[in-house]
Amino acid sequence: MRTSNRRILRSVSHRDEVRWVQDALRWCAIAALPLLLTACHFAVLDPRGPIGREDRTILIDSLAIMLAIGVPTIIATFAFAWWFRASNKRARYRPDWEFSGAIELVVWAIPAMTILLLGGVAWIGSHELDPAKPLPAREAPVEIEVISLDWKWLFIYPQQGIASINQLVVPAGVPLHFSLTSASVWNVFFIPQLGSMIYTMNGMTTQMNLQADEPGTFRGLSAHFSGDGFSDMHFAVRAVAANEFETWSNAQRGAGPTLDAAAYKKLTEQSINEPPSMFGAVTPGLFGQVVRQVLAPGPGPATDRGSAAEAPAKGH
Amino acid sequence: MWGKLTWEAIPFHEPIIMVTSAVVAVAITGVLAWVILKGYLPYIWKEWLSSVDHKRIGVMYVVLALVMLLRGFADAIMMRGQQAVALGSAGFLPPEHYNQVFSAHGTIMIFFVAMPFVIGLMNFAVPLQLGARDVAFPVLNSVGFWLTATGALLVNISLFIGEFARTGWLPYPPLSELAYSPGVGVDYYLWALQISGAGTLLSGVNLVTTVLKVRAPGMTYLHMPIFCWTTLASNLLIVAAFPILTATLAMLLLDRYLGFHFFTNDAGGNPMMFMNLIWAWGHPEVYILALPAFGIFSEVFSTFSGKPLFGYRSMVAATMGICILSFMVWLHHFFTMGAGADVNAIFGIATMIIAVPTGVKIYNWLFTMYTGRVVFATPMLWALGFVVTFVIGGITGVLLAVPPADFVLHNSLFLVAHFHNVIIGGVLFGVFAGYEYWFPKAFGFRLHEGLGKAAFWCWIIGFYVAFMPLYALGLMGMTRRMQHYNVPEWQPWLLVAAAGAALIAIGVALQITQLVWSIRHRDALRDKTGDPWNGRTLEWLTPSPPPMFNFAVMPKVEGVEAYWIKKQSAIERQALSPEPEYHDIHMPRNSSAGFICAFFSVTMGFALIWHIWWLVIVAFIGAWAVFVVVAWRDEHEEAIPAATVAEVDRANRAARAERLPTLRAPS
Repeated sequence: MRTSNRRILRSVSHRDEVRWVQDALRWCAIAALPLLLTACHFAVLDPRGPIGREDRTILIDSLAIMLAIGVPTIIATFAFAWWFRASNKRARYRPDWEFSGAIELVVWAIPAMTILLLGGVAWIGSHELDPAKPLPAREAPVEIEVISLDWKWLFIYPQQGIASINQLVVPAGVPLHFSLTSASVWNVFFIPQLGSMIYTMNGMTTQMNLQADEPGTFRGLSAHFSGDGFSDMHFAVRAVAANEFETWSNAQRGAGPTLDAAAYKKLTEQSINEPPSMFGAVTPGLFGQVVRQVLAPGPGPATDRGSAAEAPAKGH
Repeated sequence: MWGKLTWEAIPFHEPIIMVTSAVVAVAITGVLAWVILKGYLPYIWKEWLSSVDHKRIGVMYVVLALVMLLRGFADAIMMRGQQAVALGSAGFLPPEHYNQVFSAHGTIMIFFVAMPFVIGLMNFAVPLQLGARDVAFPVLNSVGFWLTATGALLVNISLFIGEFARTGWLPYPPLSELAYSPGVGVDYYLWALQISGAGTLLSGVNLVTTVLKVRAPGMTYLHMPIFCWTTLASNLLIVAAFPILTATLAMLLLDRYLGFHFFTNDAGGNPMMFMNLIWAWGHPEVYILALPAFGIFSEVFSTFSGKPLFGYRSMVAATMGICILSFMVWLHHFFTMGAGADVNAIFGIATMIIAVPTGVKIYNWLFTMYTGRVVFATPMLWALGFVVTFVIGGITGVLLAVPPADFVLHNSLFLVAHFHNVIIGGVLFGVFAGYEYWFPKAFGFRLHEGLGKAAFWCWIIGFYVAFMPLYALGLMGMTRRMQHYNVPEWQPWLLVAAAGAALIAIGVALQITQLVWSIRHRDALRDKTGDPWNGRTLEWLTPSPPPMFNFAVMPKVEGVEAYWIKKQSAIERQALSPEPEYHDIHMPRNSSAGFICAFFSVTMGFALIWHIWWLVIVAFIGAWAVFVVVAWRDEHEEAIPAATVAEVDRANRAARAERLPTLRAPS
């Protein structure tokens, strides 16, 4: 009888405890809700493709390893400073203590071993996630050629024979192979939810392999400052089902203007906040001509002071 | 006649700039008028502007850094304000202005706040700690300071005449090439840094020589205080790295002025080479700043724990290890340039290896407190705030050293948060600790403790409120240097960050108040003993402020804590060492070379920026003439008579003797 009573009591108190924790959590959630709703989309931590997922895994693993050593260090800082405060009469004072071989060994060994572990993570991660490394897949990747311009993005689909400005439509579940260059100054091509970023540089080509798992819309942007129109160098990435991509590209082919040398030259002129648009045809090999500088680099600003104020701004 | 300079160069249409110009003009005129009317001009010229005393030059470096800190911080406030309101709108700073603001902020904070602050503290304290009467090359020291001041002045002139660079604090080509930045902004940047960079190199040569060659008897390498070791390491890095900066910027200047093609898109130029070269300087630069700060923290932890520094030899090894390793990691600034897996991995691992000696330093500071008697004076608060903040910055730094993690964080606000985390938490907290710590030595009175502590709390809380949201924003995919954005989720975090900047502003205001209040109440805060913190190294042996010759007789050094050893033996015997025999001391004479050099180099820099070629020639001849006159001078020393030396030292000894009965050996 007594034991069962006690058990009931204990379970009641346990239940109270649980309820108290639940209540606290609920209130915290309610208090934090506006912030969470409006302000919590951690794109890098919410990947929608294999590369982004592996980047995140490595990021979180490395963070865990570093926290394992960093948090105790911070706690020890507070603990030592507080316990050995001058007014604490119970603390031991050794005014001449300045060396301990054992402690030296430990303080060199702890960071060294941590770095040994993390160095392995870095080595394996660098090789596994090298942007130029093709994704394992049975089907051939969809080729996309990216050219950063002042200040817009040009995407050429050489297999489909079409091109787009400031919008990227890709098939979901299919590997994507990007070849990237720049028409003038450097930029960085980055779609946070798909993973790794890479530089675009005039006269050079960089390679990157990405993939979107499911249909969805993501944000893409430039991660390297490129001048006055930099803040508007973002674009929507629309991942669609493979067959939908087929339909879309077929519909675009021949529908819009042609991207040839003359049209490209027009594009290299500085402009800000270009609305998304399409080209229905592309001169074959145009990307290579840009890389080899057969098509001249962008002319830069039209005025002496190089102010963007005089550049035609759209959409403002 | 005036090159590219026309009335259009003055931005009459920009109200923010014109109001600032007016305020600055009024302030400068006011200060000048006050100095002249009060008759302070001869004093200021004789005792400061033309002084070659390392302590005076050190103080002038720190004053330059503090003034520039206000300028750089004003830029920071404008950026936080702009980003807080620029959701889907243009905000109050148009791109061409905003881009100048962030470029100027970075340039000023690194080259004209952090650099002069650490160089100033090294200049002030190192000869005192070494038991030396001055640095190895006193006139060179003065010239170095004035060239740094020249660079700072040119950057600030760009605010009112023309424009500053709009390319970021490191002007990456091809954006910084003539084709894409035809204005004078990049030229202001380049000439300002070429001139101040030459000054920094002179200072580096001078301090390396000083540590290696100018030490008191008995001050062997392993008797040097740790701050001298970090000074040596930092200045070795200056000597090795700053020529790279100068050469790199010279190549960009050749591109811009003479049509060369080092870094252009066309004609075989290679902008990647700029990236490599600038970071081959840029990463050591981080340690040029951080190592002296580590040295200051070492002194502070030891003094305010009432114990010697734990693991002194280990600290020396860690310092020199960092010095060498810092040259082997530059590529981590551009993992995302497509270098390939092996290169990225090797540089990632090399970067992490630096975390080992740095971690050792952290633990040795902790064990310096262990079994100590920790006094929470203001310098110690900065040191404790540093350890906590720097550990966090170190964690995020190691994350960025893992290439795949960097692939999603590079150039994001996460990166911005990280390097502010280490530069504010490491360098700035360090120089603030040093400023509080050595202020009584420099001026003979303390700074107000309460205001100092209040400033510390505003700074550290403000720092966390301002920069932790940036980590979150980086994880949300926000990149740096955005003048406006259209993602509503980012704005709340940017508003919080702006509030943090406001808190830091209160901290800055409290620091100004502290300085003004302390000067006005200096008699109440007077330190007569010359040793207000119960110090351990030789600078505390001198009276405060130390006389021009620092030491009446050369101290004999018998251990790492030279002054502590002397002090303990005096306490034991309850008597000072017997009065020494005094002799005349020969000290370097004042020299106006530095100031006149600065005048000509400002003129020459300005003329080069605006293509006023005749003025370039005139200024160059002027600067050359100064050099010739200085080089051929006959008298460069003057004697301080033994009687004066004796008088100063007897006063110091009397103060020490008076205090001796109140001191007790630690138990």
